[in-house]
Amino acid sequence: MTTPTTVRPPEHDAGHPTGPGTGRLAAEWRAGRMVWRREMIHFFRDRTRVAVSLLQPLVFLYILGVGLSRLLAEGSSDDYLLFLFPGVLVMAAQAPAISVGASIVWDRQSGFLREMLVAPVRRSTLLIGKCVGGATVATCQGAVVLASAGLIGVPYRPDLFAALLAELLLAALAMTLMGAVVAVSIRRLQTFNTVLTVLITPMIFLSGLMFPVSSMPAWMAALTLLNPLTYAVDIMRRTVLAFQPGHSSQPLFDSVTWAGWDVPSLVAVIVVAAFCAVTLTVAVRRFSRTD
Amino acid sequence: MTGPGAGTPDAVGPPAIRAAGVHKSYGDVEAVRGIDLTVAQGETFGFLGPNGAGKTSTIAMLCTLARPTAGTIEIAGHDTRTDPDRVRREIGLIFQQTTLDPDLTAAENLRFHADLYALPRTTLRSRLDSVLDLVGLADRRDDFVRTFSGGMQRRLEIARGLMHRPRLLFLDEPTVGLDPHSRAQVWAHLAELRRREATTLFLTTHYLEEAEQCDRIAIIDAGRIVAQGTPEELKSVIGADHVELRTEDNAAVATVLREKFGLEPAADGDALRVRTKDGAKLVPVLCAGLDVPVYEVTVTRPSLDDVFLHHTGRGLDAEALGAGPVTVGARS
Repeated sequence: MTTPTTVRPPEHDAGHPTGPGTGRLAAEWRAGRMVWRREMIHFFRDRTRVAVSLLQPLVFLYILGVGLSRLLAEGSSDDYLLFLFPGVLVMAAQAPAISVGASIVWDRQSGFLREMLVAPVRRSTLLIGKCVGGATVATCQGAVVLASAGLIGVPYRPDLFAALLAELLLAALAMTLMGAVVAVSIRRLQTFNTVLTVLITPMIFLSGLMFPVSSMPAWMAALTLLNPLTYAVDIMRRTVLAFQPGHSSQPLFDSVTWAGWDVPSLVAVIVVAAFCAVTLTVAVRRFSRTD
Repeated sequence: MTGPGAGTPDAVGPPAIRAAGVHKSYGDVEAVRGIDLTVAQGETFGFLGPNGAGKTSTIAMLCTLARPTAGTIEIAGHDTRTDPDRVRREIGLIFQQTTLDPDLTAAENLRFHADLYALPRTTLRSRLDSVLDLVGLADRRDDFVRTFSGGMQRRLEIARGLMHRPRLLFLDEPTVGLDPHSRAQVWAHLAELRRREATTLFLTTHYLEEAEQCDRIAIIDAGRIVAQGTPEELKSVIGADHVELRTEDNAAVATVLREKFGLEPAADGDALRVRTKDGAKLVPVLCAGLDVPVYEVTVTRPSLDDVFLHHTGRGLDAEALGAGPVTVGARS
């Protein structure tokens, strides 16, 4: 496989299966969209998986969340649930996002990957289709949890929901790509599952998802600031707060700071997007390597 | 399978495959040590070799899944290294390990393929129907592939491999694991394909009768091609028929064979074996001149199995019972 930058000779000649007017880019787009669609088809056909994977975030929100909030000072328990809510959305998206990596490994083991690898399509197209597919599925999962927002006092407003879903998509993409990087470097499904579990658990705990960065000891806060998920959660929390005036003054909702400087939302978005760009580049490079 | 007109190499245009000085190393392991191959368009070419001989690596390189460490490969005139996408449009792959998605329907698997190869949408439906028809799966188009038998999956895989009208089809053990009926069906479809579209077939197999049907054969062992030619040519290299005799007095017969016919007989249990150019002619002359009772005479013409045994030290069919299949994907 040549690197994507290689100059290619004209693709179309008479008698070729590619129809007239089907440019290189259009062909890649079509292939990528098909890969995306396959993820969606798999997701919507597996109803059991959808139902079961919804349980975990709801357990977190309504059992762990309610339980923990009782430890806090009187009157702030509702605040804690509100604080936890963006994190729960991320957690809902986490399982399906990570499973994209597993499905890459599985496609390799089952042989289906070869059907894609011998096609006249760039590896980057295949990988992007797969990851965007996984992130879309993950966002759909998050959307179901989002539907329960009213129970903890988050208003049902279309603009809020649209913003949260867009942010969730970005977070899901970051997690999907992380899974993809591991997946393209690994041959065995068991190895993948082990590596990912070891990676994702600290990422969830050290993201400011359950306890605010401001209350962490310095070493933990430092690690948290290295975690892209921290910024994804932070963006979503600010969005929720923007529609809940009156809470932002509380220390629980302090946003992420770099040496005392409040990291603006835009910068946080850039951090997550940059993480996506880097992981995508690494994953594509590894995936494109032909031995 | 060799019908009229089938397998006639097409003189026009570049050869379907041209490989020159191809080497492949995985770290310190030299899997392929210099292979030269030319397969003409329309030819059915058999690629035989024991497991671990470099067959899988060679096919992986021919179909752009691996890069040669040295040497060049051209498929229909396109270099696999500099123009892999063009090569990929020319080839179809049917491997022993299924590459179908069991959770999609037959039609969905084919449509996925069409999108990967950017086939024109306007003719997609008719193309889909015609390939499903060719392999006799038209009535199962909307069924999930996981409900298909092994033979049906292989046939669907063939249908999918044909969607983009490849001029060259790679078949890696296309019928392994199939019952005789399904095997016959697969071959009937391939024969039809050769007749109708003059597709070049490049196949590996452990079945003698499948190898016999090839226009030409190459035998690979330890990373090198050790023999190449038509089945007849290869057999004639072995040269001799095999005559096996059981007589009252093998020692006496051996002396006669040595002295009167100048042959080199060898004792094998209670039998006497001898190789000669034309066994059918030898037997009557020999028997007429013997005063020892002859119980049994068998004349065997050389088979491809003998050819394979001669070059690799192993039987062709014995391989099928050996270690599990090695797949390209596991190593890519």
